[in-house]
Amino acid sequence: MTARRLLIAAALISTLFLVVVPLAYIFSRAFGQGWAAYQANILHPDTLHAIWLTAVVAVIVLPINIAFGIAAAWLVARFRFWGRGLLVLLIEIPFSVSPIIAGICYLLLYGRQGLLGPLLLENGIQILFAVPGIVLVTMFVTSPFVAREVLPLMEAQGSEQEQAAVTLGASGWQIFRRVTLPNIRWALLYGAVLCAARAVGEFGGVSVVSGSIRGQTNTLPLQVELLFNDLNVVGAFAAASTLTLIALVALAVKTLLDRQH
Amino acid sequence: MKRVLPGFGLSMGVTLTYLGVIVLLPLVALVLRGAEIGPERFWAIVTAPRTLAALQLTLVAGAMATVVNAAYGLLMAWVLVRYDFPGKRVLDALMDIPFALPTAVAGLALSALFSANGWFGALLEPMGIKVVFTIWGVAIAMSFTSIPFVVRTVQPVLEDLDPQYEQAAITLGAHPFTIFRKVIWPVILPSFLVGVTLSFARSLGEFGAVVFIAGNLPMKTEIASLLAVIRLEEYDYNGAAAIALVLLIIALLLLVISNLLQARALPYKAKP
Repeated sequence: MTARRLLIAAALISTLFLVVVPLAYIFSRAFGQGWAAYQANILHPDTLHAIWLTAVVAVIVLPINIAFGIAAAWLVARFRFWGRGLLVLLIEIPFSVSPIIAGICYLLLYGRQGLLGPLLLENGIQILFAVPGIVLVTMFVTSPFVAREVLPLMEAQGSEQEQAAVTLGASGWQIFRRVTLPNIRWALLYGAVLCAARAVGEFGGVSVVSGSIRGQTNTLPLQVELLFNDLNVVGAFAAASTLTLIALVALAVKTLLDRQH
Repeated sequence: MKRVLPGFGLSMGVTLTYLGVIVLLPLVALVLRGAEIGPERFWAIVTAPRTLAALQLTLVAGAMATVVNAAYGLLMAWVLVRYDFPGKRVLDALMDIPFALPTAVAGLALSALFSANGWFGALLEPMGIKVVFTIWGVAIAMSFTSIPFVVRTVQPVLEDLDPQYEQAAITLGAHPFTIFRKVIWPVILPSFLVGVTLSFARSLGEFGAVVFIAGNLPMKTEIASLLAVIRLEEYDYNGAAAIALVLLIIALLLLVISNLLQARALPYKAKP
């Protein structure tokens, strides 16, 4: 009984200091100088542009990632083929590769001295230090998120229902829309929420390829760093609080979906 | 073999195209660049004092963070599975915050909290404990961003643990600690190790949270991935590629280890 109390107390106190206080501190600093100061910081053109760019990147990345996630899950969960294990490992790789290494890889691929750099230069295509580079790195970093949620569920559910649909003469699209999608919809939504949250918050990889040009290629997390380096700590916390709110909303949706499962 | 379900070609095409363009091609660019450097030059870059200092800091701080997270994660998994108390659901949801929170935000909050005029710093600095711009700051940032790994890998296994063995041990008069060591620990050990490996890997790769709090002093508080970025900014592509390759190899090794451990952990997992 005493052990129980002791352990619960230890859990609560350590979580208070490790998680709750840092979270509370963000809002305390963001609103510490009043609502007007917060508003002025958020409505600064560079910060507004960073919010806009972050949203654009997320809106581009999310549907592509969902399509990839479904395709990968369908492929791995419904078919047996040579190299399947290797493919699963490949899907997981971006999860264990540091985003900063992903950024460096992209620079070595598309950069001026990179593998495809001269080719891009010849054709006047700019990928790095522009939106395409940010989108590509974000796609790398977020690529396993949807697949990782949908794949295990599809494997666990098995393919009997889909096979039955085939024998009843359903087309591929009909099977997907009427049988598969309703079965995986919560896991899909769950993965999409995680992917969106990650896309919005990505920092390391994006910081390498974006060039952090103020008012142009700065996403919101990069703007946090820029303001921090400018010693505008209140501005940094205002931008950070926006990201924190997005994270908390994602978390709330995730917790609700957990109960749906 | 005749495939019953449709869409093999389409899903294979989409998956391979995406993985090829988004994941494989950039990694190949890194490996090719690394191969161009040549072994002698590569070795010289990796064993340069500044690189070694950065790698050492990354590994040591990562190990420190992982030890903390292993203890904390085990405690949290145990408390969340075994006890009922008010606020348990909130506590459970709080475990996901470090993953949900962008790392730059975590770094900003931690560095301000531990700086001289922050809530924690104001308490610690008079006691002579300095966190910001030291290895402790690096370890704390790494620890925060990888908190959920151990909790979330041990939790489901602990939930599925059949209570009958424990009950048998109790009826045989075993001490609670003996029960934990002999009955529970062997079952949760593989997944605990998976969590620890993932936590360590994540700590080594952490960038956003660390650069805010570390101060990034060469030879002292400069992590390896930051050094790689600095080399890039100096247009020293070979230097960047060599350091990045070392980090990539470590990351892939840890991925293989965690996959092997997962295969061992699987027999205990009832749920997929």
